[in-house]
Amino acid sequence: MIQFILRRLAVAIPTLLVLIVVSFMLMKMAPGNPFAGEKNVPQAVLDNIFARYGLDKPEWQQLLEYVYNVVFRFDFGPSFQYRDRTVNDIIAQGFPVTFTYGAWAFVLAALIGVSLGIVAAVRQNSWADYFAVGVTIGAQVVPNFVMAPLLVLVFTLWLRWLPGGGWNGGHWSNVILPVIALSTSYMANIARITRSSMLEVLSSNYIRTARAKGLPSRQVIFEHALRPALLPVVSYLGPVFVGMVTGSVVIDLYFSTGGIGQAFVNSALNRDYSTILGITVLLGALTIAANLIVDILYAWIDPKIQL
Amino acid sequence: MKTAQTFKAAAVAVALLGATALTMPTFAASVPEGTTLAAEQVFKYRVLDNINTLDPQLVEDVDTSAVVRSLFEGLYNSGADGNPVPGVAESYEVNADNTVYTFHLRDAKWSNGDPVTAGDFVYAWQRAVNPETASNYAYFVGLVGVVNADAIVAGEKPVEELGVKAIDDKTLEVNLAFSSPWFIRTLSHATLYPSPKAVIEAKGIEWTKPENIVGNGAYTLAENTPGERVIVKRNPNYWDDAHTVLNEVQFLTINDENQGLTRWRAGEVDQTDVPAGQYPALKAELPDETFSVPQFCTYYFDVNMTDKQSNEALKDVRVREALNLSIDRDVIVNGILQGGQQPAYSFAHPLTAGYIMPQIPAASMTQDERDARAEELIAEAGYGKDNPLTINYIYNTSDAHKKIATVVGQMWKEKLGVTLNLQDMEFQTLIDTRHEKNFELARDAWCGDYNEASTFLSLLDSNSDQNNSGYSNAQVDGWLAEAKTSEDPNVQYAEVETQTAKDVAIMPIYYYAKVFMQNESVKGWPYDDVEQNWYAKDLYKVAE
Repeated sequence: MIQFILRRLAVAIPTLLVLIVVSFMLMKMAPGNPFAGEKNVPQAVLDNIFARYGLDKPEWQQLLEYVYNVVFRFDFGPSFQYRDRTVNDIIAQGFPVTFTYGAWAFVLAALIGVSLGIVAAVRQNSWADYFAVGVTIGAQVVPNFVMAPLLVLVFTLWLRWLPGGGWNGGHWSNVILPVIALSTSYMANIARITRSSMLEVLSSNYIRTARAKGLPSRQVIFEHALRPALLPVVSYLGPVFVGMVTGSVVIDLYFSTGGIGQAFVNSALNRDYSTILGITVLLGALTIAANLIVDILYAWIDPKIQL
Repeated sequence: MKTAQTFKAAAVAVALLGATALTMPTFAASVPEGTTLAAEQVFKYRVLDNINTLDPQLVEDVDTSAVVRSLFEGLYNSGADGNPVPGVAESYEVNADNTVYTFHLRDAKWSNGDPVTAGDFVYAWQRAVNPETASNYAYFVGLVGVVNADAIVAGEKPVEELGVKAIDDKTLEVNLAFSSPWFIRTLSHATLYPSPKAVIEAKGIEWTKPENIVGNGAYTLAENTPGERVIVKRNPNYWDDAHTVLNEVQFLTINDENQGLTRWRAGEVDQTDVPAGQYPALKAELPDETFSVPQFCTYYFDVNMTDKQSNEALKDVRVREALNLSIDRDVIVNGILQGGQQPAYSFAHPLTAGYIMPQIPAASMTQDERDARAEELIAEAGYGKDNPLTINYIYNTSDAHKKIATVVGQMWKEKLGVTLNLQDMEFQTLIDTRHEKNFELARDAWCGDYNEASTFLSLLDSNSDQNNSGYSNAQVDGWLAEAKTSEDPNVQYAEVETQTAKDVAIMPIYYYAKVFMQNESVKGWPYDDVEQNWYAKDLYKVAE
């Protein structure tokens, strides 16, 4: 087990380095620069700005210095877009915001999704099943960029219960709408995967055997069926978790939470090289970590899998 | 407004007499007698995620300027009608040829209680041009004429040689490289605000954090969460705090304009922009809270005249004129934009202070006359429906730009048989392509940096960095140079506008309007200032 984790971490380092190099090259290939605006800046001014941020150096040198600073000083450099902030500042401010509502949304989606899926499978073709399928299809066909304005219309404009955006230091009233808007379609997916996987397991031979020897239904479902039925759900949850805590770009932008997704999009549009790289590295590291955790969970759930 | 008229008269007197001392009445929130003020004086203003810095010397865009304007104050501010009113300076003198300005500073304080001195301005202005500061707006100091600014930016001279010096703590002398009667108008720009040397040197890049920042404006920074909100609160050390009414301003990031409107309706923001195309409906529904005021920008097409593009037809002035004439601006402003924008046939904004817009022939023709003339011209040039011309147009991805391009393409197709190929691209890509002159026609727009016509017309100079068309006419360059020292620059400006319209250096499309929703309780907004430079200290909220 320990050996498996160490091996995976050893692979993670070159993966991240490749990620940095490729992102760096793609970024530099995109036309434009972080300091260009509708007003062209005179060359002398541009030269000063480039010198200030080390962009006048050869690109290989910029890349090496960047990697050195990230690896040895954990310094992602100054932001080019937010002139009096560093990328570390931006991540330190934005990541907790997105993480907070992303994690809540994840918990909500996983709990409700799995529960709905189990109920629907166990009571297949009953009203409970139709209800669960109906809800999940409904949640799935309304994407979050439609869900968000709908929620704001109802809860902000009509009912005036909850603010339609902002973060306000993570006040509960500001957290609710982003959590719901972000979780619904994931919840629907989780419910559907759980349902179909559960149905498959329930029709397998060993479950029939378990029922045949007279085990109560509750025991059959929770002790024998649930664990294997959750395998595909768990493999889906890993990337979903990363996506929710980091990449909820639409929700971030719509609710203007000041989260990391909003910073990611804006830095890409403004060619804020250091911020793009910083957030890319963060996302990369989180994805690797989440996949590792999923693999460990797999081994725990399914004894057939050896790490 | 009386204050403004007094000032105008005074300004004219200065222009006529040359050196004159000038003292003006102070300006602050002027609440009429009998007004019942709202109990909660908090103004919530929608911004985009663009509050990039709170360092006055690094500020670039309009929204950030509004925040910085509440935290710092320059020598002069813009009044309700856009004309200068005293800020830190109480008065000034200027020599006969408008090259040496001497400012007398009032007893103003920084938010930490230190006095604001002439030295703070010297430090800030030197900081703006210092190559180490690497400010995008470093060129602004040279643009307004301060001696040696450009050479310092280029690293050819030390910052100490900048043409600004403190005669004593309360007297500041500015030397200009050219005669500039409009210099006072440039002083409300954030680049020329003072900055606190001790704090900047002690804290470095961290100096604008709420716990460190020291300003001399009517407000101090309470919270800065980029991408979410900036909150400023009243500064008791501000010299005119007694006349300030608003206690707090919240600049709330709302990325989506429709979301902004919903939240405005829910009472969560006091002011937000009207989403494109919704002005007529909102004006009908909420006439007292829907506003459209002229904005200091011009929308236009660049016509690449350099050899870097191979479309020879665009080098034929008859073709350019035919294209220009057959754009029906009324359809664009009334059919597409619908927010009070005005059709443009020449470049400088008509409401620029002191500017008299010359009569451009195309402006006084009817569209039928323009179309008829355009058909003649395109035929003369050897093109038309039987020999169709193909032109490429680039613009950055946006619904409004796309609609305008599509409609113009349609007009050209029907009237001149021209096929317009549209290519949309990311904003950064457009800027790059335009700058490289790697296009035929391109979308462009310009907003004035200060309220004088040269802020627009200097773009037509063949040496201008902003001359995206690559237009070059020695006569125009000459007039622009002459205008700087002219008794009445409108003479030269008229020549420039007429000549460039004749040459079709650019195709002006429309003058912007700022279209916004504003809560009825908000008063004191500078609707008449074409630059829309609003100061929180001049606003107040009345009880509903």
